[in-house]
This record gives sequence, C-alpha cells and structure tokens, in this order.
Amino acid sequence: MNIFQLTVVLQNKIMQEPFGEYSWIFNLLFYIIFIVFLFYGQRFQVYIMLREVEGSLYKLRYIKDEGRKISIETIKEIGKPQTDPTVRVDKFLEYFTIAPQSLDPAGVVWKLEHILDVRDVRFKDEVKMMAPAADETQVNNLENTLEAAMALNYIYKVIRHFYLLGKKTMSLYVIMQVQMQLPLIMKEAEAYASALKAFAYGQPIGDGAGALVAAKLMHGYEMRKIPKDNIVATVPIEGRTAYVIKAEGPGGNVGKTGDAVKTIIEENDGKIATIIMIDAALKLEGEEVGEVAEGVGAAIGGPGVDQFKIEESILKYHIPINAVIVKEDIGDAVSPMRKEIFDSVDKAVERVKQVVLEKTKEGDKVIIVGVGNTIGIGQ
Amino acid sequence: MGKEANTATRISSFVLMVIFITLALSLTALILAITAFNYGNEIVAGILLMMGFIGVALSSYVLFQTRKRILRLRIETPAITTTIECKKCGFKSVREFQRGDYIFKEVEPCQKCNDKMLITAIYREVKEKERTFVP
Repeated sequence: MNIFQLTVVLQNKIMQEPFGEYSWIFNLLFYIIFIVFLFYGQRFQVYIMLREVEGSLYKLRYIKDEGRKISIETIKEIGKPQTDPTVRVDKFLEYFTIAPQSLDPAGVVWKLEHILDVRDVRFKDEVKMMAPAADETQVNNLENTLEAAMALNYIYKVIRHFYLLGKKTMSLYVIMQVQMQLPLIMKEAEAYASALKAFAYGQPIGDGAGALVAAKLMHGYEMRKIPKDNIVATVPIEGRTAYVIKAEGPGGNVGKTGDAVKTIIEENDGKIATIIMIDAALKLEGEEVGEVAEGVGAAIGGPGVDQFKIEESILKYHIPINAVIVKEDIGDAVSPMRKEIFDSVDKAVERVKQVVLEKTKEGDKVIIVGVGNTIGIGQ
Repeated sequence: MGKEANTATRISSFVLMVIFITLALSLTALILAITAFNYGNEIVAGILLMMGFIGVALSSYVLFQTRKRILRLRIETPAITTTIECKKCGFKSVREFQRGDYIFKEVEPCQKCNDKMLITAIYREVKEKERTFVP
C-alpha cells in the first residue's frame, strides 16, 4: 500500500465515523470555547498584545544597553579618563529638560532658547569632565553619541511604563495605545541605534545633506566664524554675492542658524535679495530617498527657536525665503549617509544655483543656509 | 548589566530542551510509523506519521523563530566607504572609513603627482529590497 492509498483509507475512516458516539464531547467543547471567548475574549487580546510589546521591549533593552556600552567605550577610547566614566554616563542618561511654561505664550521662544542654551552648556561641561583628552570636535561627537543613548534609554523606559501599566490594569486601552504605535517607535529606536555608531566614529549622517550642500558651495573660499557655532563664506555665483552659512564641522554640531542668518542680514542692513535654505526633510512612504524638492519657507527642524528667529528677521526686512529639501526617512536621517543622499547633494547644489539665477539679478546679495548636523563634514 | 544584556541574546536552555525533546520524540514517532507500516498496521502508521511530521515541523519552526529573534536583536554595522581624490590629477582611491575621516579633510599625498589629496565622499551603500507594486 503506498502513501496515497493510505491517505484514502484514513479519509474514508474519518468520513464514515465523524467522532462516532463521542460527538457530544466535541459539541460541549465548542460551547465551552464559545462562552469562554464571549467573556474573556478581550483578556486574550490583552495577553496577545502584551506578548507583542514584551518582545519589542526585549529588543529595546538590548539596543539601550548597547548604546550605553558604545558610549562608555568611546569615552574611554577618546577621552582617556582617569576614573571609570560608567557612573557619570548612567547619570547623564537620566538627565531631563523641563520645557518652559506656555500658559502665557508671549515670549515663550526666548524662554525655550534659554533653557536649551543651559542644557547645551551643561551637556558640554559634563562631556568634558568625562573625556578630558577629547578635542572640540570629539566633544561634539561624544555629546551626540550620549544624546542618542539618552533617547534610547527614554524610549525603553516609556514603553516599559506602558507595558507594566497594561499588565497591572489588564486594560486593553492602555496596552493598545503603545501596541498600535510600536512599529513606528521601533523604527525610531533602530534609527537611533545606527546613529550611535555614526556619532561615535564621526561619520556624516543623512541629516547633514543640507550642511554638505553648503560645504560644497563654500569649499575653497575664505571663511569666518559667526554666532553661534556657524561659519560663513562669501561665494560669487553668476555675478551675485552669496553668503553661504553652515554649522562649523566636522564635529557633531547644528549651530544656531537663526542667529547666523540674523547676523548676516543685520551686517547688510537687510539688503538681501533672497534666502535659500537647504535641509533634509522626512519623506513620505513611496517617495524616493534623495529626491530633491523646492518650495518656500524656513526649512529647519528642531525645537522651533531658529525657525522663529529666521522668520522674525525676514519679516522685518521683507526678504523672500526659498527652500530646497532632500527627502529621506527618519532612519536615513540619523544613520550614516546613504549613497543616494550623497549623490542628491550635487543635484541640490544645481537647484540652489538655479534658484539664485531665477530669483535674483546680477549684483544682488543672497544668503544660502545649509541646515543640519555637520558631523563628518568639514568645509 | 552585562548579564541583563546577555539574557536578551541567549536562547533559554529550558526552551532548547523542550525543542530537542519534541524533535527526538517526533523522530521516534516517524521510525515507529515505518515499523508499524511494515507490520501492516496502516492506521497506526498513518497516525504516527502525522504526529511525527507535525512534531518535526513545530520544533524546527520554534527553533527557527527563536534564532530569528536573536538575529533581529543585533545592531547592523553597515560598511562605510571613504573616497579620496586628487584635485590636481583626478586620481581617485576608495577605502574603508577610518576614525577621524571627514569630508574635505586633507589626507596623504597623491601617489601620482604628490599633491595633497582630499576626502570627497563618505557614504554607505544600501541594497534595496525588492519593491512591491504601488498603484
């Protein structure tokens, strides 16, 4: 008898006697399962969701621990500290920043700027204490590395909070909140994980696309420092004078672009024909990585202080503002620069030159701002 | 701390034990199925065959999934390429990224003209996964 004949025999046997005299057991089992699911269905759903969150929590814990490990190793390697920096790193990972009160929103931008300045100084001091042998560029890179580790630590703690709360209350709605957002949160955490190594090694990241455009435009021209942590070069483009601004590299630094733009506008008594801002922007799913697009407005992310300052300055002198963006997703923005983004930088340079030609005339002055983290990008 | 990190990347010995016991029992069932078939007891052989196959399939699936979970946990380190170019003679060389490299950094002199060379590109290449049809 071959396997096919055996299958036919088995089938016939089952068809002839579907459970025989014991069929009532299966009927009863069906009703029991039906009733159990009627009353405890939601609870089962909660268990399944909790299990899913638990799996992601394991991964988050691993990523967070790796982040901490990489930070400590990099500090030891670069900073050559006399004592073990582990305790200081652990303390750093728990730092928090309290946003200013906005019940009365007037002047909240300046309050926020002040808080961010204090935070920045505090972080830099802390890193210098952890890594006394590090130079300015390395201090910036270490600060970025620790900030990425800090973000991972925070994500882990928030997800753990909702997981434990869900477990404690067994509430579907508590656990559902986090379970629904989990794919996006995990994507962000993975992006920070790859950012960690990029920051530790000082590699250019996707967010630096704007800074790289500015660097390519200003390379070979005389440069000077302007507030704060920025540099400017005067570059002739088709008979126009372009003030090309970027954060000072190659350390991990975004600079205070708002102050830099304001300084150049004030230096020229507001006689600026146009401002062109270049930045990396988040792409929508389906869009190509490295796609270059053009528009108007202040292309700058972050907490909003710099965008506010730029908008205030251009409003005062009625200066038109144009934007060129390089599209990428969150993972590409904080991980080492992809080839597609690097290649699109040349396209963005051409687009900027085209905007200068179309929107200004010979003899005009323009400001070109390359926005983004300039880690791994010199000038 | 290190111990905590290890637990995430390690397969629990209890899980491993259960998987291997199931696998061993399933293989035994398959062997018994052959014996039963030789004795002419087709029904028992069929049932044992089914049990054996289900057991092997289940234990290998669980083992595969556990391994996949651990592989998923690893942080990938992509290969970063640094391109060095001589502005004078156009000589280009590509090498792996080294700590301290940055775009527009002046590096070792050119092998051809002895002029200073410049790092002109640092990037990573990503192999795109096969795209799904988008209307």
